[in-house]
This record gives sequence, structure tokens and C-alpha cells, in this order.
Amino acid sequence: MARDVSPWKAALLSLALLALLLGAWELALSGPAGPGGAAMDPEYAALLGQAAQAGGQTAMPAPSAILARLVELLADPFHRRGTNDQGIGIQIAYSLWRVAAGFGLAMVVAIPLGFLIGMSPLLNAALNPFIQVLRPVSPLAWMPLALYTIKDSSISSVFVIFICSVWPMLLNTAFGVASVRREWLNVAATLEAGSWKTAMRVILPAAAPTILTGMRISIGIAWLVIVAAEMLVGGTGIGYWVWNQWNNLSIADIVIAILLIGVVGLLLDRLLGWVAGRVAWQE
Amino acid sequence: MSAGLEGRPRSRNGHDGREAGMISVEGIARRFPGLTVFEDVWFTVARGEFVCLVGHSGCGKTTILNILAGLDGASEGVVLMEGRELSGPSLDRAVIFQGHALMPWLSALDNVAFAVGCRHPRLSRAEARARAKVALEKVGLAAAAGRKPAQLSGGMKQRVGIARAFAVEPKLLLMDEPFSALDALTRGALQEEVSRLVTEAGQTAFMITHDVDEAILLADRILLMTNGPQARIAEVIENTLPRPRTRAGLHHMPGYHPLRDHIMDFLVTRSRTLAGPPPPGHDPRRPPVVRPALEETHA
Repeated sequence: MARDVSPWKAALLSLALLALLLGAWELALSGPAGPGGAAMDPEYAALLGQAAQAGGQTAMPAPSAILARLVELLADPFHRRGTNDQGIGIQIAYSLWRVAAGFGLAMVVAIPLGFLIGMSPLLNAALNPFIQVLRPVSPLAWMPLALYTIKDSSISSVFVIFICSVWPMLLNTAFGVASVRREWLNVAATLEAGSWKTAMRVILPAAAPTILTGMRISIGIAWLVIVAAEMLVGGTGIGYWVWNQWNNLSIADIVIAILLIGVVGLLLDRLLGWVAGRVAWQE
Repeated sequence: MSAGLEGRPRSRNGHDGREAGMISVEGIARRFPGLTVFEDVWFTVARGEFVCLVGHSGCGKTTILNILAGLDGASEGVVLMEGRELSGPSLDRAVIFQGHALMPWLSALDNVAFAVGCRHPRLSRAEARARAKVALEKVGLAAAAGRKPAQLSGGMKQRVGIARAFAVEPKLLLMDEPFSALDALTRGALQEEVSRLVTEAGQTAFMITHDVDEAILLADRILLMTNGPQARIAEVIENTLPRPRTRAGLHHMPGYHPLRDHIMDFLVTRSRTLAGPPPPGHDPRRPPVVRPALEETHA
């Protein structure tokens, strides 16, 4: 399994697979339209309306068309022409802002609370039932409650991000803090380091890699959830934009959004991976 | 008394031969429901004295050391330090841990500087590091100061642990089998290193070991513990071999062999046969004192 693979070979194979996929896609769409629209879902055809009448062609764009559209979108990603026509960069920035706010809030709550839970077996046992029940709840289930209490759709989606990011961070922080080696705590104790110094200079660095793992899981979930949350509440953000393009039946835009969501998610993960590398230690 | 006991600062008073201890352990016991690990343990460590505790695993040696460190509590009895009862850990009592216990995210220098900073909270970071550097130089590790523990060999890690313990200038140095995880050559080098540092600083020290030569090399007195449960100090050996002692020269010293044989006999058989309730007439406060090395030279 762990045998070394030449990165060039892997990259070459990746490119070949991509070319094969895109080529097949392009080819499948460029061929003569089959025996009419019979293959087309009638409901979809109805939705398509004029487009369907205008030749019975599918709305699925070929990779070349998507690429052209991508270039078009990225040429002016930050334009604002009214509420329903804002650049894709602006939409992603809205989503990132919400994720940052919810995630940051979750950090502020989860890391100190996780510290307490990790240090106190009593608190751990007392809070565990709440955590176990709330953790598996889909964050979107909180949305109506958030909308009702907060009465602001944008802040509600921040809250949903908060609630989905908080659990992995909380559990990982508690676990990391609880499993700090006894001997390091003994060293701190014999040096009369005091609780604050012990927490900041011994427990935090010792638990940091575990905490970062939790944060990395959280940011992944948050980025998954923000798309769904924005589809639900609308207004702005990449999730809303995807839904809007579905209503416009711009499949190319949806494919581009999927691609960009993936790339941004990757970058977020890499960012935290880089931080995790900075705080990692080995025995 | 032989001349071999001289050359190290010792404070003795009392006419019954008991030492006015810097540390006085008075009747400590460790009990669990249905199990007494050790009981009625009395001993003292005088200022400037090096005391080794020797016994098999399971007799509660590490617990005794942890009680002295303040990391653990006794079920019965008290430990006095300079006449005051111990409560909790203190910078006056530094510990060299068995498994070095270095913090892997800090460099060797910062591990020591952390201890210096705890001892002298008013020092700036740079000053703490400067002092840590001096402490590392004393154990010959100046060149490796910037390395993380993962990049150090086992012996080097333990040297950092030694530097860290000495850097806080403790009144009492506690060592829990500090060299047991090292290979024989490294162990020998570190034993001499500790011997030198302890002599230089006039350091009071208490050490747990099951290496007989280590005890003979380092200790002024060796406490022999019977096997647990109900372990106790069966005998106190006064090590009359003159200082300085070196590992290479130790076995040529007159009296070394009877001393070593005595301890080996104890570990191999008597620790077992003496286990359990003490023989009649055994005074736990004054276990028999023997001087095997001296008896040989007189014989």
C-alpha cells in the first residue's frame, strides 16, 4: 500500500483520466441528437420550454462550453449589478465570510469548553449526554429555530455553521486535553507552574495537534453545510447562486460552482493542514 | 566512623546517631482496600547526602519518590522537609523522571528555559534562555540546544532532563530510576555526570534504582526494601567507600566486593525471605545499619 509512487506518473495518469472523461463528455454531446427528445425526461422538457422547442437539444453543456463560461465568469468575478447579478467571487466571499464567522464563534466556544471538559471528568460525564444527543442532529434542522429566534437569514446561516463546527472541535479539544501525558503535568507541577501557565504552556501545545484535527473536520463540515444553508435562506452566497442558476437552468454555471466549491474547500483544508503542521510535534 | 564518609558536607546531631534530616520521612504507608503496599517507612536524608532506595518492583519505590516529590500522598504518616510538613509539589524538590518527560514541542534549550522561567518568574525570556544555555553546557549539550527531543538520543534527552532539574537549584534532587531505559555505556557516562554535578553543587539527593553498581557509585547510604506487599525498609547500608569514586575504578576499591555481594544477596534472596511482617525486635524507625565494606577491611 505504502509503496512510493512517482509523482510524475501519478500526475500523468490523473491528466489522462481527466482528458478521457472530458473527451467522452464532449463526444457524447456533440454527436447527432438521438431519435428526438424521446430520451429526455418529459418534465425536464417542459421546464426547458423554449429551449426544448428550439431543437430538442439537451441543456447539458459540453466541457468546452463550460470552459468558455468559466473564463467569462472569472473575467469579472466581483461585479455587482443589482441583487440578482453579482459576480461569483462576491458570492464565494459571502459564503466564506459566513463560514469564518460561524467557525470563529465555534472556536471561541468549543476550545475553552473543551479544555474544561478535558480537565474535569465530572464535567465530561455531565455534558456528555447533551453532546451525544445534539451532535448527530443535522445542522439544517436548527435553521427554522434560528430563523424564528434570530429573525435574520444571514445570521441564521452563521448560527448553523456555528452549530455544525462546534462538535468536532469540542470533542477533539476535550480528548486532546484529557490525554495530555501525566508526566508533563507532573513536570509542570514540580516546577510550580500554576494552572494558567500549565494550561497555556503545557496542555495547549500538547493538545494542539488533536485540536487542529477537530478544526480541520469542522471546517470541512462547515463548507459542506454553508451551500445547503444558503440554498435554504437565499439572498447571497455560493449556495444561493447554485440554486439561482438551477432556476435559470444554467447547467454550465452549476458545474462551475461545483468545481469552485471543491477548490475553495480544498484550500480551506490545506490552510488548516498548514497550521496543523506548524503545531505538530513528534516524540 | 571511617574517613570515607568525609569529603561531603554532612550535618549530624543527636546522640542516638539519627541525623537531623533535611527530609524526614515518618511512618508513611500506602494502603488500598485489602492491600498494604508498604508501611511504617521511616528514614531521613541529611543535607548534602545522597540516599539510594533499592528494591524490587512492586514494593512501592516510585510511590515513595512521588510522595517526596509531592505528586502523591501517603495513606498514613508524614514527610517533613526542614521541619515542615510537605504539601504538594515544590520547586525545592526537582525530579529527574524515568522517561525524561521532556516536552516534545520545545527545543532542548526551551525545555530547560521553561524550568528556569518557573524558578525565576521575573527573568526575561532572553535571560531565562541564557541561564538554560549555561545549564545545558554543564551537561555537555550546548551544541544540541536548538534540537527538539525527537532529534536527540536517549542519553541526550536524559541529559536535558538532568540539566532541567539542576537549573531550578532545588534543595532536594529526586531521581526515579533515571538511567534504567539507557544502554549500559550511556548509563555509565550519565552516572558519572550526575555524580560530578551532585558533588559540585553539594546537592542533597534521593534516588531509586535497581542497579547495584549505580547505588554503590552514587550513594552515601542505601536503603534496602523488602518485596511488597507490606514492604518495609529492612536494612540501611552505609557506603563507606571513599570518594571520588569512578565507575572504572569502583570494583578495585577495597570493600567493594563485600558491599556488592551484600546488596546482591539481599536482592536475590533476603528481600523475599524478609518480606511480610517484620521480625521481632525490628524497630521500623531504626532499621539495622550495616557497613559491609568496612567489615571487610577490618576482617
